Amino acid sequence: MRSIYERFRDSIRSEVPVALATLIEGPEVGAKLLVEESGFALGSLGGDALDRVVSRDAIAMLEAGTSEVRHYGPEGEARQHDLSVFIECHARRPHLVIFGAVDFTRALASQGKLLGFRVTVCDAREVFATRRRFPMADEVVVDWPDRLLERIGGDLGPRDAVCVLTHDAKFDVPAIMGALPTRVGYLGAMGSRQTHEKRVVRLLEEGVTSAELERVRSPIGLDIGGRTPEETAVSIVAEIIALRTGREAPSLSEGKGSIH
Amino acid sequence: MDEIFDDIERWFAAGEKVAIARVVDIEGSGPRDPGAAMAVNARGEVAGSVSGGCVEGAVVGEAIELLEGRKKAGITSFGYSDDEAFAVGLTCGGTIHLFIEELDW
Repeated sequence: MRSIYERFRDSIRSEVPVALATLIEGPEVGAKLLVEESGFALGSLGGDALDRVVSRDAIAMLEAGTSEVRHYGPEGEARQHDLSVFIECHARRPHLVIFGAVDFTRALASQGKLLGFRVTVCDAREVFATRRRFPMADEVVVDWPDRLLERIGGDLGPRDAVCVLTHDAKFDVPAIMGALPTRVGYLGAMGSRQTHEKRVVRLLEEGVTSAELERVRSPIGLDIGGRTPEETAVSIVAEIIALRTGREAPSLSEGKGSIH
Repeated sequence: MDEIFDDIERWFAAGEKVAIARVVDIEGSGPRDPGAAMAVNARGEVAGSVSGGCVEGAVVGEAIELLEGRKKAGITSFGYSDDEAFAVGLTCGGTIHLFIEELDW
């Protein structure tokens, strides 16, 4: 049988979400309980009741991907401080989905990888969406944005991001419409203010409400004056980080002036 | 944590004992979040990090004591205050709490 360490190592290496609970204050310092999303558990912190409560908390924490110390009573009671348990969570990687296989996509895909995202590049045009052009991406998909989102939209959550870089209403509109019903945390669309105004008209015609459109960050990125694909990619990932952390950083979508 | 497994495997394959230090909590500003980990073997070789380089030296000392049986697994904290200007601490002014144990599980 594999040890707890071996299971933990293998889960992390094969990207299976896993939580490792360690008793760091209490009678059996160092006791371990490994928990996976499926409910699979290995080890014990010293009692069935405690293990059940910690397993439940660990599975909830896995979704958010946070690691922290939780306090419990001897039987896992909440609001008691007899035991301290460090719950270390290794969530699945957040997912960055980029629509449009353009030059900006290469830089954004590389930035996304640097930040630990699983990166998918999607474009309906076969000549552009090739592995050779995007070797850094985890997947390159030749398909229409709405069709890809029909397949994967249900899996997108608050830590994930969708960036629409096509600049072409034919692709942008179905990409945005496909992303709006999902739980994705970040939804940004590239284009000047003028491009976005035209896109908004199209989206409203398609039945999207203006309240829904408030979720769309466009022009995409933070206002750092970036011009090149690489600089623009930094401004986009910076906006993704700022939205997740709830920090106030000036977004281009909140300003008025020219974006360059 | 992923980045330290290769070194741990190598040390285990050579029959060495390994200690692991993990950031479990931070107060104020700290360079690494909970979960950051560093592994140390009895010869003082290191994989990974738990701060921006401020406390790693001290952690190696603690880890070796633990592997030699002179110290038990537990929480070790590193902070910084003016009257400890030359003690080990974080230049950023925060406090980090580490859990250091032998990797024997």
